[in-house]
Amino acid sequence: MLLTNVESVPGKTIAEHFGLVSGSTVRAKHIGRDIAASFKNIVGGELKGYTELLQESRDQSIQRMIEQAKELGANAILNVRFATSAVAQGASELYVYGTAVRVE
Amino acid sequence: MEQLIIFIALIVLGYTAGTIAERNHYKSIKTREHKLLSLPACTIKNALYNDAQVDKAHLVSGSVVVSVDYFKRFLAGLRNLLGGELVSYETLLDRARREAVLRMKEAAKGADIIISLRIETSSIGQSANRRQSLGSIEAIAYGTAVTYKKVNEIPGKRT
Repeated sequence: MLLTNVESVPGKTIAEHFGLVSGSTVRAKHIGRDIAASFKNIVGGELKGYTELLQESRDQSIQRMIEQAKELGANAILNVRFATSAVAQGASELYVYGTAVRVE
Repeated sequence: MEQLIIFIALIVLGYTAGTIAERNHYKSIKTREHKLLSLPACTIKNALYNDAQVDKAHLVSGSVVVSVDYFKRFLAGLRNLLGGELVSYETLLDRARREAVLRMKEAAKGADIIISLRIETSSIGQSANRRQSLGSIEAIAYGTAVTYKKVNEIPGKRT
């Protein structure tokens, strides 16, 4: 599966459009990570636990989007966009969407 | 009295640790940015040369979550009363975005150019739902990494 965030796959031509595909996931880290993060909030700097959490959930939402595109018979997803929102304390939603196409 | 001592201790700890961490982070950002100058990241999407032969293109992304230290949060709270520039938050956001772009570039090793770069920022973590304080922020950078076809594998020559 080819993923790009431009309107085409450079070097390939679009044969068929399938429309919007998307994937989303809501995740939270266990309480230990939250406590560690709140300590880290005193000194500042990178919160590795949260970076990891968001990376994992982004990968999962991309995976869900790819599955949806595969069902449609697409082999590429164009114009991919990410969105993040905090739904509850320590939990966040990752949403990814794009246009499924078949390229040649 | 005890509360005041804890408060002052937290501020001193936040100030020293935060300043050292920020200085080190900026130093590492600068050296890595210099190293990755050969891989340009453009925000425009048709940055490819007209006669370029594209070998492959794929999505790359990099993200980071950074939080501000206790001292700066206190300082920003004071600044909020008077209004004006919140320098302590500016450096936080600047560091987060540059770090995210660097991680994206590191994930795109071997590519020749990154087109259609997008950067998004969101406030996450425990204080995300509280209005007053900006606790930690997430920056994500993503784009399409493009690799050119090499002509006869001559190093340095581009189609």
